Amino acid sequence: MTAAGNPAVTGVGRPMMGGRRLSLTWLGAVPFLGYVAIFLFLPAVIIVAGAFASEGGLTLSNFANLSRPYIVSAIVGSVILSAVTAVAGAVLGALLTYAIATGNPRGTFRRVVTSACGVLAQFGGVTLAFAFIAAIGPASAVYVYLSQHHIDYYASGYWLYDLRGLEVVYLYFQIPLMVLVFLPAVDGIKPQWREATDSLGGSTWTYWRYVAGPLLAPAFLGSMLLLFANALSAYATAAALINQGGPILPLQISNAITSEVGLHEPGFAKAQAVVLILIVAIVSVLYAVLQRRTARWLQ
Amino acid sequence: MNWRYQICGLGVAVATMLVLAACGSSGGGGAGACTTAKTATSASACGGMDSLVAAANAEGKLNVIALPRDWANYGAVLDAFAAKYPSIKITSDNPTGSSQDEVNAVQQLGTSSRAPDVLDIGMSVALANLSLFAPYKVATWGDILDAQKEPTGLWFQDYGGYMSIGYDSSKVPAVSAVSDLLGPAFKGKVALNGDPTKANAALNGVMMASLANGGTVDDISKGVDFFHQLKLKGNFVPVQATTATVKNGTTPVVLDWDYLSATHGTDVPTWKVFVPSNAILLDFYAQAVSKTAPHPAAARLWEEFLYSDAGQNLWLKGLARPVRMSAMTKSGTVDAAAAAALPPANGTPIRLTPDQATAAKAYLASHWAAAIS
Repeated sequence: MTAAGNPAVTGVGRPMMGGRRLSLTWLGAVPFLGYVAIFLFLPAVIIVAGAFASEGGLTLSNFANLSRPYIVSAIVGSVILSAVTAVAGAVLGALLTYAIATGNPRGTFRRVVTSACGVLAQFGGVTLAFAFIAAIGPASAVYVYLSQHHIDYYASGYWLYDLRGLEVVYLYFQIPLMVLVFLPAVDGIKPQWREATDSLGGSTWTYWRYVAGPLLAPAFLGSMLLLFANALSAYATAAALINQGGPILPLQISNAITSEVGLHEPGFAKAQAVVLILIVAIVSVLYAVLQRRTARWLQ
Repeated sequence: MNWRYQICGLGVAVATMLVLAACGSSGGGGAGACTTAKTATSASACGGMDSLVAAANAEGKLNVIALPRDWANYGAVLDAFAAKYPSIKITSDNPTGSSQDEVNAVQQLGTSSRAPDVLDIGMSVALANLSLFAPYKVATWGDILDAQKEPTGLWFQDYGGYMSIGYDSSKVPAVSAVSDLLGPAFKGKVALNGDPTKANAALNGVMMASLANGGTVDDISKGVDFFHQLKLKGNFVPVQATTATVKNGTTPVVLDWDYLSATHGTDVPTWKVFVPSNAILLDFYAQAVSKTAPHPAAARLWEEFLYSDAGQNLWLKGLARPVRMSAMTKSGTVDAAAAAALPPANGTPIRLTPDQATAAKAYLASHWAAAIS
């Protein structure tokens, strides 16, 4: 992952036996390439092929079905959820990261926060959903106590069980993930650059606008993209919280696979998965374009 | 995030396969064990019950799927089978899965030793997947009405009940009609057992609301409108009602099968079950033996057990109406105390035909999400 702006591989070693053009160094990458082929490429091919397959031939009907209103609204719901939690997670996570990076590099605060983030970034899923249901759900002690004292935070409906709830809950793994992937980039900012800006008469604004900002922008955008993809593909948390209506695409995919009332459409589920892949592809391209623009300054 | 879980899951799956492969070689045929269980269409075709039992004991395993322990008393059924046939080890997979999950497992796992042997499925899924089932007729086949079984034994209905409104009488006023649920006393309290575009019980809950509001079995739109009203009034809880949510009070009013709802009485003593007389909706689940069952004799023995008097009475104790109930009432083998405990229903029961169910689900697919969001 090059999200934090680090090149994945820096230079391939020279062949051991000099002079031969055909080096065997690529052999070292075989396990990685095999892994990517089996766990990334093969499933993608199966999904795309399955989306076009019908009994005894090819079909476009699975893609035509994507225009169903409830699927369109699920796609919109997924993109909004991912965008909101990516932007909010990135901004809040970046502020926390900056606080950590500017503090004592060996301090307790940094150690506690980074290790907590390591745990919390992987805390999504049923456990996280349950934590919220138990803590602030309609049967929780907090809600029961507050509603007895005329503070009813579910007065407008059980928002925990729709998109608004997901936006809150997702932030609990988005912010820690942001800290984890963004911290190395912020650590790379040298205090001397700030001093140099100051000695040349630059203000704080100048420093952020012309020095730190452009330096951190590619890493920030890359991290935000990772957060977007993370939210887009998250399923377990949403499935544990949301039972009705399927407002995001992963839940609709699950519905199309497991519906027992006869709405079982595996091909359609694959077409929806292709949409998820396309969304990530589009966002990745946008990211690449943006990064090229922001990286121009560095050259 | 998810891919990590998937890889983890895969690792577990691979490990399980290795373990099962290592264990799969055990078991030899006992004396007199039936050797043709895979294709046997009845116990007698397999050389009689003793021979079937011997073959099942030799297999030593039974894989069941999607059988929640609190559903129609399945916990007691599984325990009773295990007590009667101690040398057969039951693996109960994915207990909260849907009927479609069961069929998916049969298709994906094929003949592997982890594949489900027997299925308990909704009728729409049963009718859509006939090619996956092996024909089998239990010894008590004659007690099952013709309308409740496939003539060759590909599927045969097992137990059923009426769609009902269950409620905690300590939290809401008594319910005497579906329309009561729109009242202000039911704010944030009414739930379904799942998403009706996905779960059969929920679909029938919406259908019941439709029937009670002037809809017909061919027209579920009135039910969708009813839930839209519930949503607008803030009465609808978008949570799947389970034993846990009823117990902790998240879902004090639940539209569900009466046999599932009635069992909440053990956790919530003030739980009442009401079957509206203007919308008595009846539905049965069905049993089927997987054609690719890795333990064909145990699968058939399981069916024989379920359709024995003991098996049928266990379902009845779970307040489900077993398919042989009328025959057993006549012969006097029915558990009278359990039968008397069934929630009362006055009126003519209505059943959806497969075509009506298809029409209902098509309407729900395009209208449900909008109605409750």
